[in-house]
Amino acid sequence: MAFGVIGGAPGAAVDVDAGPSRRSPVALVLLLPGLAYLALFFVVPFVSLILTSFQAPDPLAFGAPGAYVPAFRWENYVEVVTTYWPQIVRSFGYAITATVIALLIGYPLAYFIGVKLRRFPLLQALALVLVIAPFFISFLLRTFAWKQILSDNGPVITVLQSLTILPDDARITGTPVAVIFGLAYNFIPFMALPIYTSLERLDLRYVEAGGDLYAGPATTFWKVTLPLSMPGVVSGTLLTFIPAAGDYINASSDFLGSTQTAMIGNVIEANFLRTQNYPVAASLSIILMAVILALVAVYIRRAGTRDLV
Amino acid sequence: MRRGLRFGVGSWGLGVYAVLALVLLLTPIAYTIAFSFNDSVKSNIVWRGFTFDNWTTICVVENGAVCEAFGTSIMVGVVATVVATALGTAIAIALVRYRLRFRGAATVLLFLPMATPEVVLGAGLAAQFLTAGVLKGIGTIILAHILFCISFVVVTVRARVAGLDPSIEEAGRDLYASPGQVWWRITFPLLLPGIVAAALLSFALSFDDYIITSFNRGAATTFPVYVYTAAARGLPAQANVIASAVFLLAIALVVGSQLFAAARRKRLARLF
Repeated sequence: MAFGVIGGAPGAAVDVDAGPSRRSPVALVLLLPGLAYLALFFVVPFVSLILTSFQAPDPLAFGAPGAYVPAFRWENYVEVVTTYWPQIVRSFGYAITATVIALLIGYPLAYFIGVKLRRFPLLQALALVLVIAPFFISFLLRTFAWKQILSDNGPVITVLQSLTILPDDARITGTPVAVIFGLAYNFIPFMALPIYTSLERLDLRYVEAGGDLYAGPATTFWKVTLPLSMPGVVSGTLLTFIPAAGDYINASSDFLGSTQTAMIGNVIEANFLRTQNYPVAASLSIILMAVILALVAVYIRRAGTRDLV
Repeated sequence: MRRGLRFGVGSWGLGVYAVLALVLLLTPIAYTIAFSFNDSVKSNIVWRGFTFDNWTTICVVENGAVCEAFGTSIMVGVVATVVATALGTAIAIALVRYRLRFRGAATVLLFLPMATPEVVLGAGLAAQFLTAGVLKGIGTIILAHILFCISFVVVTVRARVAGLDPSIEEAGRDLYASPGQVWWRITFPLLLPGIVAAALLSFALSFDDYIITSFNRGAATTFPVYVYTAAARGLPAQANVIASAVFLLAIALVVGSQLFAAARRKRLARLF
């Protein structure tokens, strides 16, 4: 269920695996087209990505761009890690920081809407619309707007400089701060919505019971509210971390970043689409995927959630 | 008394924090809409005064490039949404209603595309199209969009199927309705809200996708691709106009449907 919370009707807490009892050929007819599609356009491409990651330069092409032959050149991985380890480390560092920031902004927001606004259904509905509002306007244009707002002549820098908080030559765009901010900003709704869905159903009598047993508000939060909202926190953090680790729009020098903030996604994009160095792009993609799956597996085990879809 | 006071202060602090978070969320939206009215010349960066002109010249500026990219996005979004919604709804029904031997494998296969970063999905498909010698264009964009929409459709429709009482369909069958009649007269109408939500989600995902599209587009240009390429040289205000118009329409739809649902609940409450 962890991923079932975005876009789904909130409150539809149905045990999905309750007990379908019939076996029927109809099931196959229903399943096969979609699963075949996923096999053809997800599994097969993944295999060809792995094959591409081991390709070697075509010896007959004399270094022409994009000319590679099937091989088992595992050295590709060694070369990619030794060349691009700063971008790899940076990607996960940025993504983890952005996820924490999005959680620190998204959780209180979700708590306020899901618990404090319960007595005001109209306000609650309005606040929810405002949280999903960013989904309805282009991700690129929102990021571009931040680029202008945070730019060297923009309002934020000007105000901070006139208050002498920032020195005259300070900039925000092109720095890690801007990229992490952009990543955190873009994924706040993905963080807040699943948390909202689990807090909205939170039975407040549990919280009252915590108070009755002489727990302070902080203890009640840590021992009662937070554990009960953990499913939302897990799906929110995954929905933020995974796309953030692979994102290259915020870190691009056309948006909030510079060449100093390049992440794995930027390297994959440049190698695949510009220099046509397919094996480098493919092996980096495999590394990105492997690290994400490993981190997610550890995280899910520690957070104690079983169901994912 | 003291505890009550402390809760009060905490609530106020939380409220202020939440409002600030909402302001943060909405700031770039307000910026984008405001700059759709900017009397800009070439690049739309400095505020030069209010005008409605940009709203009437969407298809004129840059020989209609913005308009054309928008049209491509709508086309891609509609086709991808229809196919993904059909495939995904079928999977959702099968998963909830039938006992399956390979349920675990199917669930993993549905979960993985959502757990894969877009850049990997995009590069994988592009590697595949390259190996297979497929020419990239609008067709490959649509194929890619269907792929990433299916899982979200399944997740959205599945909850609705699970909440559906099978005895209603049984009643239909008892009254000698054919399987087709049961589906079109009973099941489909009851699932419709879930299917519509899934379709809207698919369209929104497709319409806003840049990363996967950029790997599989060939020479075709969708609206996000246009914005990304134009961002380097300066974005015309007409791009803001399109984004703002889509935003206002979507918000109107959401608010309208909420009000409609609230009104219907009230009517039903009065009936019983």
